[in-house]
Amino acid sequence: MGLKRKILELHKKREEVLKGGGDKAIEKQTAMGKMTARERIISLCDTDSFHEYDLFVEHEARDFNMDKKILHGDGVIIGTGTIYGAPVCIFAQDFTVAGGSLGMMHARKITKIMDHALKMKVPLIGINDSGGARIQEGVNSLAGYGEIFFRNTLSSGVIPQISVILGPCAGGAVYSPALTDFVFVVDKISKMFITGPEVIRTVLGEEISMEDLGGARVHSEITGNAHFFAKSEAECFEQIKKLITFIPWDNTRKALKFEPKEPKPEYNISDIVPGDPRQPYDVRDVIRAIVDDSDFFEIQELWAANIVIGFGRMNGDTIGFVANQPLVLAGVLDVDSSDKAARFIRYCNAFSIPIITLVDLPGYLPGVDQEHAGVIRHGAKVLYAYSEATVAKMTVILRKAYGGGYIAMSSRHLRADFVFAWPTAEIAVMGPEGAANIIFRKEIMEAEDPDKMRKQKVKEYKEKFANPYVAAARGYVDSVIEPEETRKLLLHAIEVSGNKSVFLPQKKHGIPPF
Amino acid sequence: MKKIDCDDKKIRCKSLVIDGTKYRTTLNKKFTNRKAWEKPQKSRIMSFIPGTILKIYVKEGQCVKKGDNLLILEAMKMQNLFRSPVEGIIKSINMKVGERVPKGKLMIEIGYQ
Repeated sequence: MGLKRKILELHKKREEVLKGGGDKAIEKQTAMGKMTARERIISLCDTDSFHEYDLFVEHEARDFNMDKKILHGDGVIIGTGTIYGAPVCIFAQDFTVAGGSLGMMHARKITKIMDHALKMKVPLIGINDSGGARIQEGVNSLAGYGEIFFRNTLSSGVIPQISVILGPCAGGAVYSPALTDFVFVVDKISKMFITGPEVIRTVLGEEISMEDLGGARVHSEITGNAHFFAKSEAECFEQIKKLITFIPWDNTRKALKFEPKEPKPEYNISDIVPGDPRQPYDVRDVIRAIVDDSDFFEIQELWAANIVIGFGRMNGDTIGFVANQPLVLAGVLDVDSSDKAARFIRYCNAFSIPIITLVDLPGYLPGVDQEHAGVIRHGAKVLYAYSEATVAKMTVILRKAYGGGYIAMSSRHLRADFVFAWPTAEIAVMGPEGAANIIFRKEIMEAEDPDKMRKQKVKEYKEKFANPYVAAARGYVDSVIEPEETRKLLLHAIEVSGNKSVFLPQKKHGIPPF
Repeated sequence: MKKIDCDDKKIRCKSLVIDGTKYRTTLNKKFTNRKAWEKPQKSRIMSFIPGTILKIYVKEGQCVKKGDNLLILEAMKMQNLFRSPVEGIIKSINMKVGERVPKGKLMIEIGYQ
């Protein structure tokens, strides 16, 4: 055979495999409103940047007549490409081939690209669209999952790991996304659960749809398993691309620097926060008034909205933001918001992204449900995460910083590098009403008009303690600043902490409360 | 930028009291759907897991001693035997053999004399 014929043969082989599960299966996929695995990769990567490997991999299953079955690429596509020039390793499960089921060779392809990502120190993106374990392959399929989970854990904090759920992701398969840094879901397409509606119906007699059990909305609003919610696959890919611009490619590098831009003038920082600490506002507007181009990229927008987390840029560099949100549940810390903030702080620390914390919270959410749900150990995660974080930590106290909430929100005591407070800040052991009721209990009870006395005592307490100067007098606050000065001072703080180094006690690892 | 105006009905501002101070804010689903806590009562036999009633050993009006067999609830292929935690009279039986019960259902109530 001449060279030409051999090349022709290669073309034929390629063509055959690129058909995936065939026209019928592709039609079905499209009918479900889903793109095919290859279309997805092409939409995500820079034009012509994607290169596929292991195209000709075949499965080795022999039982249950599997030896007669051809599964192109064994139901998964792996390769490397670029996104806005950033190198990435990608795998995408192909639902058209045996429902994207995971067999031994399928898993081996995934672990190959995972190993590659970890070795080359580039982000890993996994597109999940799979019916689950390939039952015919038995324990080999389970072994495959285990090998993936192990690599997810090994790569954690070294390279960014992104999971995109674009179809079912059920049973053990859900644990790979759960171990990664960011999970993207799409409305009506993503479905994640450990046991599906069928099992729940037969075993427990409860009727629930896939959507209500583990749809995109459920994981974005209720469970907190997902970080980004999109209405379409196209929107989802835009979100992923944007995220890639904000994060470093690995834990030894910095994210790409962008052209610094001033915030948009419509975000007037002096005009957002009401003077009355009981009135709400949207803290995201304060962030937008601080960051470059007012571009704030929020993470987990719909879950535990009483705390806001996300990325913005300052002088072109990526910064992580954590902020209490007075607009939702008065900005309290609770089980979910503690969980959300703590994990993000650890992400920023692992990838050396400085953290700016904006504080305005009345404390922790009271309630039996909170106490019984373990608000103690969940709340402790925030203390742990801030304390262990060695990145530059800047704190701005906008208004209320009461009690345990004050300590938790990147206070001086947890080694914040810079603590600024606005003149509207109230740094106190608790809110004036609560404090006055305890301190002046006797006077109030014995007064002729207890209500009048209470009001007077609250007023006295407010005047004396509801301000930033008591904390500033002890050096717990470095500087009381005007709102307009916030961006300027934060830029300066980031600049002078560029070479920050902290030495922690030697240990294998700590025991965070999770 | 939209300024937050609590009097705007679209925002649905509510009050939340923390340490004696009333804050104007919005509430989320999880908060509004939370259930009031109830003190668990020994005499109310609840299902701790969803499952199927395999056997009922008692009848309404029957006297039971502490430790007497009440019922078997099968769940996740495990047969769970419920014994009476108190002495008393079976006040009500709220399910039949073969019935599927959800988690947290009051199955049997025991009354005292």
